[in-house]
Amino acid sequence: MALDSKVPEGPIKDKWTEYKNHINLVNPANKRNIDIIVVGTGLAGGSAAATLAELGYNVKAFAYQDSPRRAHSIAAQGGINAAKNYMGDGDSNYRLFYDTVKGGDYRSREANVHRLAEVSGNIIDQCVAQGVPFARDYGGLLDNRSFGGVLVSRTFYAKGQTGQQLLLGCYSAMNRQIARGKIEMFNRHEMLDVVKVNGKARGIIARNLITGEIERHSAHAVVIATGGYGNVYFLSTNAMGSNATAAWKIHKKGAYFANPCFTQIHPTCIPRSGDYQSKLTLMSESLRNDGRIWVPAKLEDAKAIQQGKLKPTDIAEADRDYYLERRYPAFGNLVPRDVASRAAKERCDAGYGVNATGEAVYLDFASAFVRYGTEQAKIHGIKNPSDAEIKKLGQGIIESKYGNLFQMYEKIIAENPYETPMMIYPATHYTMGGIWVDYNLMTTVEGLYCIGEANFSDHGANRLGASALMQGLADGYFVLPYTIGDYLSDDIRTGKIPTDTPEFEEAEKEVKDKIDFFINNKGTKTVDHFHKRLGKVMWDKVGMSRNEKDLTAAMAEIKEIREEFWKDVMVPGSANEMNVELEKAGRVADFLELGELFAKDALVRRESCGGHFREESVELDGEQKGEAKRDDVNFAFVSAWEYKGEPADAVLHKEELEFKDIELKQRSYK
Amino acid sequence: MNLTLKIWRQKDSNAKGQMVDYKVNDISEHMSFLEMMDVLNEQLVNSGEEPVAFDHDCREGICGMCSLYINGEAHGPDRGITTCQLHMRMFKDGDTITIEPWRAAAFPVIKDLIVDRMAFERIQQAGGYISVNTSGNTQDANSLPISKHAADEAMDAAACIGCGACVASCKNSSAMLFVGAKVSQYALLPQGQVEAADRVMNMVAQMDLEGFGNCTNTGACEVECPKGITLENIARMNREFVKANVKGN
Repeated sequence: MALDSKVPEGPIKDKWTEYKNHINLVNPANKRNIDIIVVGTGLAGGSAAATLAELGYNVKAFAYQDSPRRAHSIAAQGGINAAKNYMGDGDSNYRLFYDTVKGGDYRSREANVHRLAEVSGNIIDQCVAQGVPFARDYGGLLDNRSFGGVLVSRTFYAKGQTGQQLLLGCYSAMNRQIARGKIEMFNRHEMLDVVKVNGKARGIIARNLITGEIERHSAHAVVIATGGYGNVYFLSTNAMGSNATAAWKIHKKGAYFANPCFTQIHPTCIPRSGDYQSKLTLMSESLRNDGRIWVPAKLEDAKAIQQGKLKPTDIAEADRDYYLERRYPAFGNLVPRDVASRAAKERCDAGYGVNATGEAVYLDFASAFVRYGTEQAKIHGIKNPSDAEIKKLGQGIIESKYGNLFQMYEKIIAENPYETPMMIYPATHYTMGGIWVDYNLMTTVEGLYCIGEANFSDHGANRLGASALMQGLADGYFVLPYTIGDYLSDDIRTGKIPTDTPEFEEAEKEVKDKIDFFINNKGTKTVDHFHKRLGKVMWDKVGMSRNEKDLTAAMAEIKEIREEFWKDVMVPGSANEMNVELEKAGRVADFLELGELFAKDALVRRESCGGHFREESVELDGEQKGEAKRDDVNFAFVSAWEYKGEPADAVLHKEELEFKDIELKQRSYK
Repeated sequence: MNLTLKIWRQKDSNAKGQMVDYKVNDISEHMSFLEMMDVLNEQLVNSGEEPVAFDHDCREGICGMCSLYINGEAHGPDRGITTCQLHMRMFKDGDTITIEPWRAAAFPVIKDLIVDRMAFERIQQAGGYISVNTSGNTQDANSLPISKHAADEAMDAAACIGCGACVASCKNSSAMLFVGAKVSQYALLPQGQVEAADRVMNMVAQMDLEGFGNCTNTGACEVECPKGITLENIARMNREFVKANVKGN
């Protein structure tokens, strides 16, 4: 099937408006006869479910958690971008569009990103009307802050819990519709397959996670909003339950999977402490504004620290290597996420890591204490302050800016970061890749939509900070509710979709057979055993830095682990009850396929761009020597993979990317 | 460290439950409490037994899913954290740790340590929202200034994660801290004024219907709340409730 992005004609700034003016609508009386299934209730799914219900459609929403309020959007800390230009610093829709395309290293679709920028302001209006308590200044107006990779202040925030407050806004809108009966909410339910009738998505098979019952649900359209697949690495900043099953199942039923290798490894996370580690915790990017990143300059010092014989404060200033400042004098500690992560890995791989595992670098606030402390001493008129006084004053300022993060760090590591530098290390955070969708957010299966982190469209090869929340809500509140109407206008005479048909029968049987297989397999190894092995291969060979040899090996190794998994996995308990191991088994089975496609995609993309770094594609000389080299001549495309059985047999379809409104440039941070 | 765990096991909501003893060895002080539970479960699965079911998801203290009653305290012996943020350094070698689900009539046990918190959902559905359409034709966000003080206070109330520790800690199994937090968030903002009376009446009515007890000002909920929601929110809800009763709509 040839890919058709269905981007409307015309100048980029008019496309969305013109498009909305000419699509088909469904009249209110007919909307009452149309059912829509929304799977996932984070920012994208929650906002879509609420809006579709309010428009008059009958919505069935599904979440694996016990409430929509617990989706992992809730963990987003920093903020949400919008081109309101409240600060009067020259922001505009065009600038937000430009920054997002550039930040994505020119691998996203222009028209989608421009639309995202256009609706960004509406999101803030909407959320304020819902009672989202954004931060305000003393005049009572909304406050903004700045984030990495941009020259304006356009980030709206609610303390360090912006994701939580936006999600609770969505959740409240959903509750209003649940109370009216327009949303039927299925908590503790997991979608296990999509059902197609005559080529169109017409329903899902879901498992009730409390009773184990397998249920059939029909609808005129199905929306997937199930987030990213970062847990393919086992360890990530994702929630424990975050999974790729819904996305992978629809891929197997005909939805193309786009750019799986575009993954964001976030540089500032709390390092692993041992093999029992279950997840990694993010420390906000904002810390890099005041912290300096370093490792010991001498290998023997690093070894002594790893063995616990030296402390960081024992290392003299001259013996420290502030490697980001050394390599990137212009941007220093504020280089983008992908660059900072790779640089940390490079030092640790060379043996300079600073904890027992050798996988950590220091984030040091000592110089910020002195800088702020000296300033405070002046402000307060303290003459000849002692070093201790200066430090104390400086610590007060840092505490007011980042106190909650310092407390969180202390709870996890049991070290006081005011006295000794923090230890940080990169971790998998966000997946830019996902299900391929056209301008309408429809997948390659008719009537099957994909929104939020689960799709691929807006962030290219690298996502900028505070853009994920924006995209999730844009898709759910302001894009999908229009585009889906255009499709559903053909369905006003269809009537209820029956579930007692061979298509539902077959899909249900497939799901049940797989569950029975797991229960009856009686292998010898736990699900986590396989998940951890997969994660290690992904991290070591398909992680921050990739090459042909390792990627080829990774594909073979993942296949091997997958085959062993199907022979030897052990799932206790039965199918007809709450069974957490069974849930995990199904998810890991899908990760074991996705991981191989991920490696294959990384292998095919022989260029470095954004979060995808190929060791074979680096600048060989000049000022940029050793840095990532993008190849726009050969790789300015979206790779969209069609399922053909084994992941290794997937067929590549290319959506060529055209940049009519933005000139392609190299990103330089030297 | 080596530990003895006394854990509530219950097959499903209809079964009779009981405390069961388990031993775990070589637990690192750097583990989180839930990682210690992971170790126990891996051990159980490997020996062919069913693992202990417990709710958890984000493991960074924000989703509100985790809900363990540890040694008689909601979210265990540390303050200002959820169970997933509790670390084993709070315990010592040889300790016996008692682990129970939230105990409240309105939170029936689903399995082992997992309880059904749908009562919270129904309370939110009864009025925990502002009836504004989500279709994007609202007024500009800055057209209505809100004092920083009110916005910050609303934010403090909105920080509730809906975990249910307040109910589990309360001798009356009262949900008033939870409901008070939501009522307060909207009562403090101008957007919430239009429906303020209906909201508080409906949410309180649903709270009573679910079988939660009343507040007797003990304050245990405030102590155990991982997000520092204060008793002030209960007072504000009471004021809103009285006001609504006196003034009507």
